[in-house]
Amino acid sequence: MKKTRALAMVTAALMMGAVAAPSSAQDKQQFFPLLTFRTGPYAPSGTPWANGFVDYFKLVNAKGGINGVRVLWEECETGYATDRGVECYERMKDKNGGATLFQTMSTGITFALTERGAVDGVPILTPGYGLSESADGEVFKWSFPIAGTHWASADTQIQYVGAKLGGMDKLKGKKITLLYHDSPYGKEAIPVLTERSKQHGFEFAAIPVSHPGLDQKAAWLQIRQTRPDYVLLWGWGVMNSTALKEAQSTRYPRNQIVGVWPSGSDSDVKGVAGAEGYSAVLILPGPGFGSKIAKDVLSTLHAKGEGSGPKDEVGSALYMRGLMNAMFAVEGVRRAQEKFGKGQVMTAAQARWGYENLNIDLKRLQELGIDDVMRPVATTCKDHMGPSWARAYTWKGSAWEVSSDWLQADPKVLNPLIKASADKYLADKKWSRRAAQDCQS
Amino acid sequence: MFYRENGQLKTSYRTDQQIFTITQDRWAVLAVVVFAFVGVPLLADEYTLRAILTPFLILSLAAIGVNILVGYCGQISMGSGALMAVGAYMGYNALVRVDGMPLIVALLIGGFCATLVGMFFGIPSLRVKGLYLAVATLAAQFFCDWMFLRIGWFTNNAPSGSVSVSNLRTLGWSIDSPYDKYLFCLGFVVVFALLAKNLVRSAIGREWMAIRDMDVAAEVIGIRPMYAKLSAFAVSSFIIGVAGGLWGFVHLGAWEPAAFSIDRSFQLLFMVIIGGLGSIMGSFFGAAFIVMVPILLNQFLPSLGTLVGISISTAVLAHIEFMLFGALIVWFLIVEPHGLARLWSIGKQKLRIWPFPH
Repeated sequence: MKKTRALAMVTAALMMGAVAAPSSAQDKQQFFPLLTFRTGPYAPSGTPWANGFVDYFKLVNAKGGINGVRVLWEECETGYATDRGVECYERMKDKNGGATLFQTMSTGITFALTERGAVDGVPILTPGYGLSESADGEVFKWSFPIAGTHWASADTQIQYVGAKLGGMDKLKGKKITLLYHDSPYGKEAIPVLTERSKQHGFEFAAIPVSHPGLDQKAAWLQIRQTRPDYVLLWGWGVMNSTALKEAQSTRYPRNQIVGVWPSGSDSDVKGVAGAEGYSAVLILPGPGFGSKIAKDVLSTLHAKGEGSGPKDEVGSALYMRGLMNAMFAVEGVRRAQEKFGKGQVMTAAQARWGYENLNIDLKRLQELGIDDVMRPVATTCKDHMGPSWARAYTWKGSAWEVSSDWLQADPKVLNPLIKASADKYLADKKWSRRAAQDCQS
Repeated sequence: MFYRENGQLKTSYRTDQQIFTITQDRWAVLAVVVFAFVGVPLLADEYTLRAILTPFLILSLAAIGVNILVGYCGQISMGSGALMAVGAYMGYNALVRVDGMPLIVALLIGGFCATLVGMFFGIPSLRVKGLYLAVATLAAQFFCDWMFLRIGWFTNNAPSGSVSVSNLRTLGWSIDSPYDKYLFCLGFVVVFALLAKNLVRSAIGREWMAIRDMDVAAEVIGIRPMYAKLSAFAVSSFIIGVAGGLWGFVHLGAWEPAAFSIDRSFQLLFMVIIGGLGSIMGSFFGAAFIVMVPILLNQFLPSLGTLVGISISTAVLAHIEFMLFGALIVWFLIVEPHGLARLWSIGKQKLRIWPFPH
């Protein structure tokens, strides 16, 4: 009897909770669902990233919202698994008046959601990652790899190597090896680097490391045998620190290893003795401990105990990435409000227009307090990526230090690749490009 | 009382050998199937259909496949995820490489390729048993992971190694909406469940069970172990392969080998163990448990938390979900080691004799 009563109480509690869950409808709210991964093998990368997101939303609300519209967000834990990501998407897309957009935070989830987003009419934002060919806005109407894709990362990375050697013509005859995480993310680097190797005549080899990346002995043995001039590291999570440790045991010089943004966060190098000299090319933004926005977060949120993560994380590379990603989400809505009515809640379709016509200039960046690590971004109907800027940072043992000028992915290299890939996508699906008048909508 | 079979006399072999010998069972199952086809699409919302019911159906199908091999034939396999991958990738290849390939045929081709792979990796079962066989089938998992990541042909040379399928159409029926997808999967599941149920009741099914219960004795009474084991591998792989195709085509739409990783293999094995080894019905119970319980926990724990005034962060939630889920598995296995299907039949028995204890 006791048992049944307890059971009944729990059931009742659950039912009441289910009823009480949708909070009372407040004033205007714009809903941003978050697909975060704070658990699983990639949690060290996912946690600061997610905290950046949440802190930015808190900051926007503290400053009066988007022209008075409050930001509402909800996290759904994916653990970086594609099927959980799909479930989260389905769960949240119609919640709270409909999702404004989805930021997948994972290449695998991006692939699964690209088409669903297009069918359901929800923008999919993947700033700095995602499906590289989705930069072609005429084909991927609902996908926005704003400010960079993995292809842009690869291109800026090779430009940095060229700059280190003293000019792109010095790449000729050099040996460059890509050490990559064996997933769609890691493979994205290959087409661009192959193209570049043809152009500049360097010898290119690619060595895969399988998930999660702890076993790299064979890969580094291969590197020791071939002695490449540069190793490009495309790791994620625990693979990065492992690679740096293996490099030491094979005595490969750290200053000849160049990472990309998923390989260039503090968690990758902190605690790895002798990682000094390792550099990473980070597509917007880099670490910004001195940025005005980081100080803003500390004074507005952390001072009141409302910060999402530990204090010393504010300003780290992945945290700044979270801030920046959330900033794009909010700025797109702000832009859409200019067209569809200030102070109104934007639908997903209206927000899509905002993301397609983003124009974040230097003045706006200064207002946001993120101008020291960001460059202006603008998107168009044709180009959903916009200019993709990156900068190299070198680990000095306790902090990352800027070690290059701004690098921009060369459209001459990327555009043909994007177009070819996007056309292939269209051909596979038997679709056609968007008509020009569709851009007005 | 509620469930009496008194007076239901079987006057022919036909009636004695049908799947559900008790009239109430027959009607109940028919009602469930009709409800699944008609009632569920009317009642369920889009989220339930797309995020819960469709994956549940597809994984039930895969669990039926695993159950034939593990539950009926007693051959432990940890390569089920790989066979799903074979079904998905080969179905994809059939679809994109052959112009005008019908969807259902593509799925069946995927299943057929999975059959070949499954039989190949089933060969060690003729020599090794039990845990050793499990390790041998693990090879299939690693081999397929490697193959679909490395060999460009299988992914139609997609630069990222991820493939996608869309515009599913069959017989003039375009499968876009969640309702279509659900019904399409349901059709497959019903047909294959019926086929599987009939197979395990037939001579070949009895051979599998004889091999499972004692292979030496089975051989003595004239069952060829090679034939029985390999046919179990073949049938099971075919069903798993078709389920893999559905998972890729219908549920995910775009996938990479990670969608069919070793975790998937374990998940399927757990479904069969929790649902009930050697029970088609159990496959459904197991799939429901593994697919739905984590999602339910994930959705109800936060509201339970707010009720007592705690807000649970998503990370803590994910950990609690894992812990509770693990505890539930252990609890179920202690309470009923024969799986949920056994609980079901105990319940049925109780209903039959109610209100008397025996």
